[in-house]
Amino acid sequence: MTALFAACAAVLVLSAIGVVVSRHPVHSVVGLIVNFAALAVLFLTLSAEFLAMIQIIIYAGAILVLFLFVIALLTVGSDPIERTANKLPEQAGQAVIAGLVALGFIAWGIQADWTPAAAKAAPDLGTVGTFGVQLLTTHVFAFEATGFVLLVAIIGVVMMAGRRETGARS
Amino acid sequence: MPLIPLDDYLVLSAAMFVIGLIGFLVRRNPLTMLMAVELMWNAGNLVLAAFARNFSDMSGQVFVFVVITVAAAEAAIALAIVVMVFRRRPDVDVDDISVLRG
Repeated sequence: MTALFAACAAVLVLSAIGVVVSRHPVHSVVGLIVNFAALAVLFLTLSAEFLAMIQIIIYAGAILVLFLFVIALLTVGSDPIERTANKLPEQAGQAVIAGLVALGFIAWGIQADWTPAAAKAAPDLGTVGTFGVQLLTTHVFAFEATGFVLLVAIIGVVMMAGRRETGARS
Repeated sequence: MPLIPLDDYLVLSAAMFVIGLIGFLVRRNPLTMLMAVELMWNAGNLVLAAFARNFSDMSGQVFVFVVITVAAAEAAIALAIVVMVFRRRPDVDVDDISVLRG
């Protein structure tokens, strides 16, 4: 169990670094797929079976395929790599400083004592049945709001990307 | 089955979040920036799932579901915007997109 966690953690961090440093977007997508697979295994170690499934199906299956479609649509015959000079010369240094500040805040949060007050026995935590019951009883408003968010996203995407260019307005 | 302590998950998630944050600030290709944002979403998801197990409460996992849905909507809308910008100027660099009017 601990060896599994260590392996998944190593894969997670290395693939995340690969996503950020690779020069071509397709390589980033491949790194992101590996990252999400490792994250699904970590969800399984957290007894979140349903989340592990939707991590694979929705994230790796739908969202990353959307990324791949857009990359294939946009970079056909062109070079998507950042070639121009960076207009913000200190961008990298300031980004690292911002990351360290964020890490400080997160470390401050991690330091707190998070042991639960009373250890409840939950043998079926995270199974599909428990998840469905929770989603449709206790958290039904979040479920409805989720559907509304998707509706708004669909309408917005169709309005923006599905529009034909009328006239030359360059 | 020995449980992995909560702190291990939190440290791992913090590392992943900071990698995503630095990547978002350093890279200038909008597609790579969006993927760095996805890394940050997933770091947050890992924390939520870890706390759900820590407190034996399903609410954290339900919130991960909501976060995944919002991330899908964000990716769809952001990619649509990227497609629109690419139609106007093929070699897109986010440093060049500094005005809202096309």
